[in-house]
Parts: sequence; structure tokens; C-alpha cells
Amino acid sequence: MSSRRSRSRQSGNSRITDDQINDLVSKLQQLLPEIRDRRSDKVSASMVLQETCNYIRSLHREVDDLSERLSELLATTDASSAQAAIIRSLLM
Amino acid sequence: MASPLISNPEANSDRSRESKKKKRKKTANQNNQDHTKWKNRAEQQVYSSKLLEALRQVRRNQSPASGSSSEVPLRGRAVREAADRVLAVAAKGRTRWSRAILTNRLKMKLKKKKPRVAVTGNPRSKKHGVSILRLKEKRLPALQRRVHVLGRLVPGCRKLSFPDLLEEATDYIAALEMQVRAMTALTELLSVTGNGPGTEFSSNRPTPS
Repeated sequence: MSSRRSRSRQSGNSRITDDQINDLVSKLQQLLPEIRDRRSDKVSASMVLQETCNYIRSLHREVDDLSERLSELLATTDASSAQAAIIRSLLM
Repeated sequence: MASPLISNPEANSDRSRESKKKKRKKTANQNNQDHTKWKNRAEQQVYSSKLLEALRQVRRNQSPASGSSSEVPLRGRAVREAADRVLAVAAKGRTRWSRAILTNRLKMKLKKKKPRVAVTGNPRSKKHGVSILRLKEKRLPALQRRVHVLGRLVPGCRKLSFPDLLEEATDYIAALEMQVRAMTALTELLSVTGNGPGTEFSSNRPTPS
């Protein structure tokens, strides 16, 4: 049993070439701050996927932390109309 | 909540004309979505303002229960959900993860009224499930396993094919990065304007601007 055939069957699509996979993986690689700085020839697809999962988890954690802080700030902030206007002007 | 696309029929027809033109240009590269839009400054500002509005709504909904310390994790959760919802709306329904976030929201709202009956389940069946999973994990190659984990992390993408999953993950990561940037900026703004000069938990930076 060749690994290529079993992989394509398990993923459900009839023909995914390895080149396509490598292309997508390299695209993903560009996004990851961990791997971008390292040399590209040492990076395997498996490692890219691992780093992707870690990166997404860390982003989730950051968003959770920020949500916590925002919720505390919202509770203490008196969202008066003046401050809302300031925030809007700064944002736009 | 009504999405802005539905509320304005005139704007909708204009947008549909524009989007049709864009679609014609993009049909050549249908698989190549524009991920760089998440790095766009304007997009982030739109997101920030919409998020602020959503957060004010959250605060209004929770004001009767203010001051209780046990509410803090719940409030953080509510903020997180609002942020994710606004992010999904910003994606304009083009990506699977954004649609999944929005439909999951809907499902959660419908399920809230019915408490879950069987939470713990059978301990015996759980043991069997775990042992079967372990056998399967040993047989799956490492790559397959990682793909599976990635599929669980990106919402709504568990059963997606590998190239589609990578596409979704790329867009999702870019969107999450924008979310982090926008929320960080918003946090800094609120901590400066909201609490005045002498706050304890605002970060110690000399001058904001």
C-alpha cells in the first residue's frame, strides 16, 4: 500500500498531488512567525502543521486574555458619550 | 442581530454590482482568496468600531449584574464571543470558518434553554472510546494526526479536504492576527481614556499616541 494513495483516500478528495500539498504548506509557512526566520530547507510539512496548531492556540489564548482585560475595562469605564466620541475619532 | 448587508437594499444592489465585477476578476483565481485584506488598516478600523459597538451592547446587557466578582470569567467569555462574532461578520461569509462561527452562535442560543441531559455519560463506554482512539492514533501517520488537530482548531473545518483546510487555516490565522491587533489597540485606548492617569493595571507607557 503506497502512502500516497491511502492519504488521498483518507482526505476524501480524489487527486491531491504532493506538489499541491507542498505548495500549500509553503504558503502556510510564510505566515508563521516561528518558521519564517528559520531556513526553509529544514522545515518539514509535519513541523509546519505543528507550528500552525501551536500558533493558532497561542492566538486564541491572546484573544482570551484580551477579552478578560477588555471586560474588566468595560466594567470600570464609564462609557459616557464624550469618551465614545474620543474613541471613535481615534479609531477612524 | 441583523447584518448590515441585509438592512440596506440599495446599498446591497450597489455592492452586488461591485461584488459581481470583483467575482469576474476573481473567477480565474477562485482558490486564491485575498488574505492580505486582514492586514489592511481600514479593515482593522472597521472591525474596531464594530467591536466597540458590540461590546457596549454586551455591557448594557450585563449592567444589572455589575460588581459581582464571580461574573468576571463570564464577562470575558461574552467579550470573546462578541469579538469572534464581529470577526466572522467581517469575513463577509466567504470563508467556512466564519460561517461556522456564526452558525455555532445560533446553535448555542437555541441550546441554552435546554439543559444537557447526559453530561457525564457512561464511564464504561468512555473507557472503550479512549482505548479505541489510542489504537487509531498509533496507526495514523503523524501528518494525518496533525491535520486532524488543525481541523479541530479552525472552526467548522473538521471534515475538510487537506488543501481546503490549509486555505481556511491561512485565512483564519490572518484574521486572528488582525483581531489581536485591534483588541490590543482597543484595550490600550480604553485603559487610557477610561480610567484616567492613575491606573494600576494599565501598561506603563510614557505617552499614548
